[in-house]
Amino acid sequence: MFLNGGLPFVELSLVQVMPDSKSDIQSILDRLPDMRTPLRECRELILANAVMVGEIPAPTFREEARIEYVRNRFAEAGLQSISADEMNNASGILPGKTGERNILVVAHADTVHDESMSHTMQVSPDAVTGAGIADNSIGLASVLSLPWILDRLGINLESNLVLQASSRTLGRGDLSGLGFFLDNTTVPIHSAICVEGVHLGRLSYSVLGMLRGEIVLKVAPVSTWDESSGRGAVAVLSELITKLLSIRLASVPRTSIILGSVSAGSSYNVPPTRARLKLEVRSEAAGQVSAVRREIEAIVAEIRAERNVDVEFQVVSRRRIGGIPFGHPLVTAGRKVMESLGIEPKIAPSVGMLSATADRGIPALTLGLTEGSGLQTDEESIRIEPLFTGLSQLIGVLMAIDQGGCDAED
Amino acid sequence: MQKIEHWIREQTFHHSAFWDLRAMIEEKEKKGLSISLCIPTLNEEKTIGKEIVIFKSELMDRYPLLDEIAVIDSGSSDRTREVAASFGADVYLSSEILPEHGFKRGKGENLWKAIYQLKGDIICYVDADIANIHPRFCYALVAPLIYRDSIHYVKAFYDRPLAFSHGVRPSGGGRVTEILVRPLFSLFYPELTALVQPLSGEYAVRRHVLEQLPFPIGYGVETSHILDVYREYGLDAFGQTDLDQRVHRNQSTRDLGKMSFGILQSFLHRLKMHGTVDGLPALSNLYRQFQAHDNSYEQVVHEIIEEERPPMITLPEYRDKFGISGSGS
Repeated sequence: MFLNGGLPFVELSLVQVMPDSKSDIQSILDRLPDMRTPLRECRELILANAVMVGEIPAPTFREEARIEYVRNRFAEAGLQSISADEMNNASGILPGKTGERNILVVAHADTVHDESMSHTMQVSPDAVTGAGIADNSIGLASVLSLPWILDRLGINLESNLVLQASSRTLGRGDLSGLGFFLDNTTVPIHSAICVEGVHLGRLSYSVLGMLRGEIVLKVAPVSTWDESSGRGAVAVLSELITKLLSIRLASVPRTSIILGSVSAGSSYNVPPTRARLKLEVRSEAAGQVSAVRREIEAIVAEIRAERNVDVEFQVVSRRRIGGIPFGHPLVTAGRKVMESLGIEPKIAPSVGMLSATADRGIPALTLGLTEGSGLQTDEESIRIEPLFTGLSQLIGVLMAIDQGGCDAED
Repeated sequence: MQKIEHWIREQTFHHSAFWDLRAMIEEKEKKGLSISLCIPTLNEEKTIGKEIVIFKSELMDRYPLLDEIAVIDSGSSDRTREVAASFGADVYLSSEILPEHGFKRGKGENLWKAIYQLKGDIICYVDADIANIHPRFCYALVAPLIYRDSIHYVKAFYDRPLAFSHGVRPSGGGRVTEILVRPLFSLFYPELTALVQPLSGEYAVRRHVLEQLPFPIGYGVETSHILDVYREYGLDAFGQTDLDQRVHRNQSTRDLGKMSFGILQSFLHRLKMHGTVDGLPALSNLYRQFQAHDNSYEQVVHEIIEEERPPMITLPEYRDKFGISGSGS
């Protein structure tokens, strides 16, 4: 499959031997801690992928150049059925011995950083720094490197791995890339792992109810010296925000409103005519997100009527509550894999890629690979050493799925 | 100048022509060539890690084009050597190579000592301060040497402006190239004007050519190489490859002034040595700039001495190491 056979094969009895018994996950767990050593020998390979993929800007809806790189990498790895679909997802299949199952391993390719931002990465012995490295260049690079890593470790799974860089995930992308793939793929997906760069220990199996929306408010221009001096869009938006904060939210099950972004105006002394608020509503309880949405719509209508302004609330994305239960064998396997590697699981419901799989009834986990900081800034950084534990975890879960230990009882 | 046009047509390449690394490696192995990458450094801890990671992963582990990756360091006071070694580069202190010949501080010194220290039939030099480093910065320079036996010296150039509005765009080098070197070449060596960026720090050369070249240790090393190779082999020995863009830190105009002074020293020395001009007066080593304090001006004098190392082939240690008989002179 690889040029010159790929990286030199490592004589590792710990990973060459697959479990004798299909239900015996313990034989996998016993071998995981020692997997970190050969994984460290793949360090340059993974980091080179992270740097090269990360230095190609890929804001949501403009992922083409990064997807082209991913497709070339898949081709070099000898994957089958490599494609870029209508939504710009790059996919390829690493065939298993029997192909009995198809396991999707997906990382999102898009970032919040537009092309004008420097995407230059800096590599030190301990860390990699640069825009988008944690979210999600290192996650995507790990998926890209997986064929070489498995080859290096001498692991031949029974199942097919469907490797994917998904596009149009973030913000207004609203998971449309992954959703399109899952709705239209001809390959039945048995289960999925969503790979995120950070944080190691993340274990997501359930999906929160969520909506993201934008309130855009427009007012008529006002003179700086007239009677309404100092008002303008900011003042009206401030009034609206005060009302939003007075919405009563249940603490159990938890429901919350996150005011994520406010933008308005450009100067000190000119009241803006336009203001925008981006917000997210999350809830662990069915129906709560819809209830809060109705309250927001009522507040918007009230402001529109009382202040005689043009104000609209637009929902840009929604998630339904879903996922798999804590007792699902896939979650159990994930926890056991983490424990065997000394990782403390941090259970966190997801509003990301996991909801696309959950909506379609596909058992899935989201896993983080390493530690990081400065998320979504140009000082974004990941630590290198924990990555090898994170990759051992990913491979351990894949092996557990592969040997059948994660199948739910009918 | 039909010669120039023919040369540009035949021996100017774009890196995309060399995308097929498998084919390149097959050809390299068929010809029994070995290739060394040399990265000269002085306080480059911020960029060296990424360069080593990318070259090692892509051109050693994944595609075995390079036989060694070496960092030759002038004595960095930051973590340059530690970072490079941590990612698997062979790291050498320039002062510890051929110590009996002493140590001179300058990039050319590192390039010269690399000829002794490294083992490749081809040595590719790449600067350490490239922010947008990519494997093409190496493979697209060695490729013409692998495929074309008549080419001995391949320079990089960078010709992808961020924006241009017309079909025809000016193509050229940096400020020192356009203001100093190109006018000099136009006057004395018109054929060499075909080199788009004669001062670029990225180039690949055959050992049997490198070992014959004297090495200025400072700013003049690239210019002297070009003049010496041109005199010995002619324009046909050169190739050049367009690597699109190079992102690096910009130097101040004052620094470029010092650089130009060093290059001019080497250039005039070559003119004299090659018998192109005679009657040059004794040249000063002092480069004078001025700075203002309120209403007064003061001189800032830099002593810039373009010392040269002799051709490596003339060193007995080198001939012993590589099994070369004779004096090499």
